[in-house]
Amino acid sequence: MSAVPAAVPSAVAFKVPGFWRRAMHHPSFAIGAVLTLLLLAAALLSYVWTPWSPYEMDLPSKLQGPSAAHWLGTDSFGRDVASLLLVGARASILVGVIAVGIGLTVGTALGLLAAARRGWVEEAIMRLSDFTMAFPAILSAIMLTAVFGAGIVNAIIAIGIYNIPTFARITRASANAVWSREYVAAARACGKGSLAITMQHVLPNISAVLIVQTTIRFAIAILAEAALSYLGLGTQPPQPSWGRMLAEAQTLMFQAPLLAVFPGLAIALAVLGLNLLGDGLRDLLDPRLARAR
Amino acid sequence: MTMPQHSAMPLLEVDDLHVRLQTQRGPAEAVRGIGFTLERGETMGIVGESGCGKSITVQSLMGLLPSSAKVSGRIRFDGAELVGMAESELCRLRGNRIGMIFQEPMTALNPLHTIVRQIGEPLRLHRGMSAGQARKEVLALLERVGIPDPASRLDAYPHQFSGGQRQRIGIAMALACGPDLLIADEPTTALDVTIQKQILELIRGLVAERGMALILISHDLGVIAQNVSKMLVMYGGSVVEGGPTAAVFAERAHPYTQGLFGARPAIGAPRGLRLATIPGSVPELVDLPPGCPFAGRCRYTVDACRATRPPAVRLPHGHEVRCIRLDEIAAQEGAVPA
Repeated sequence: MSAVPAAVPSAVAFKVPGFWRRAMHHPSFAIGAVLTLLLLAAALLSYVWTPWSPYEMDLPSKLQGPSAAHWLGTDSFGRDVASLLLVGARASILVGVIAVGIGLTVGTALGLLAAARRGWVEEAIMRLSDFTMAFPAILSAIMLTAVFGAGIVNAIIAIGIYNIPTFARITRASANAVWSREYVAAARACGKGSLAITMQHVLPNISAVLIVQTTIRFAIAILAEAALSYLGLGTQPPQPSWGRMLAEAQTLMFQAPLLAVFPGLAIALAVLGLNLLGDGLRDLLDPRLARAR
Repeated sequence: MTMPQHSAMPLLEVDDLHVRLQTQRGPAEAVRGIGFTLERGETMGIVGESGCGKSITVQSLMGLLPSSAKVSGRIRFDGAELVGMAESELCRLRGNRIGMIFQEPMTALNPLHTIVRQIGEPLRLHRGMSAGQARKEVLALLERVGIPDPASRLDAYPHQFSGGQRQRIGIAMALACGPDLLIADEPTTALDVTIQKQILELIRGLVAERGMALILISHDLGVIAQNVSKMLVMYGGSVVEGGPTAAVFAERAHPYTQGLFGARPAIGAPRGLRLATIPGSVPELVDLPPGCPFAGRCRYTVDACRATRPPAVRLPHGHEVRCIRLDEIAAQEGAVPA
């Protein structure tokens, strides 16, 4: 059989034997996956076990350095930093999942609609996302929290809204490319409507782009949550958050510099892990790049 | 839509079809006043070089043009007017009563779906078949189009087939619902010569066996000669010559048709002989002059050619030519045999 060694398309790649073996030999993907799994594991672990209670204050033993009892030391209220970090991972993941979820569902739907309808619908959706994008994310988040009050829910919504135009644009651009392919013309020639073509042909063919974008947006959402919490607009006390830990550590920079290092390191590693994961997935899901390696 | 009076009316009637496309360089009249009729079971070819409007013409029949394209004129398919028809009604015709085979078998199949799913799609869509029923039907279709051992290959993906096999799959897809009209847009251009012959034989056989009408687009005169009973020669968005294939091949009345025939490589021609070419290049559709589209490249051009679009001149056997200099051409051709 003269089977052509054609490019194995992205969504099929997961089913192709050797994808996971190839993935494990891809350094970015492997490191990114490990770091991302650590982040998830930390959040999950915090539900069943933390070394100390993250809410319990112990003023006599405040601002201690790392020790056998408190692995990463204690903060200005005597709370265990390791426990705070574990529980703080929950806020990061919560914000990441929901905010990216909002962007992914709404943004992708809008992008697909724009590509399927073209004309004034596309024009309206794209100009609206240009408009939304023109506002800096943090600024619009500050605006939202100023109106509706600070808190993690409003922070999530603010970051989610910021994600919508990004996903809408990426989806529209990739979907337009798929719409111009001949198999879409063939599907139309079979009598399929726009909705069926969008769901059966367009969406599966742009899934790789969306998967990669999701991991990268996730990292940005974690950073945004940390920034908002740092500004006092995100997670509210006593709920621990990496951004708030940084804000509290800032005033004690000279007495206890390690207090800023640990949450900073946690944020950096989480963002690095997700970015590496996204990079690795982009390479692995793109058959041309995969073969070049 | 009226079904009963089959015999009275032609299957497809195209009259004064115009298509205006929005291009980056402004609006372009890609098709300017085409008309033809096609009876049930009749086969017709369209020849012309790239950019002459062949593909645009058939895409307008299928309603597959981009929404920015303006189509005017009349396209009556089995009594129903297709120009301005609602998208939902067109969807009911496409793949059901009109099937289409595409040029690039490599890209005309979605790489993410199995072939049983893709060929079965029109059956499930138009015939309301279940997945199981469609599967049986697809198996029969694959067998008919000559895929070896089809039962074991139903769940294969397009990249597991060769180019020729993929074109067979494309044909199976177009035929699934037993259309009245099959449109083949350069179905063999992307294939090897030996595979081309097999694919054309398959199409010819299927057309004869199912009594379908066929519109075959090609730039290969040999393909046209062997497969269709009548033909149109297109140039610059209009039909310059049309009629029964035998008559057009015998007369070659229009200077452009003569140019096309003159440019064919001949077997047995002396080594080193250069192929005849038509001087100049295809005109841009954006700024085509009002007169005969071929006027810029034709050696018989006079001022009158550039003034208005030449009317159709009727020759014997239903053969029509749009040229005002036929007598002079005949006289010269007679004196100097080509």
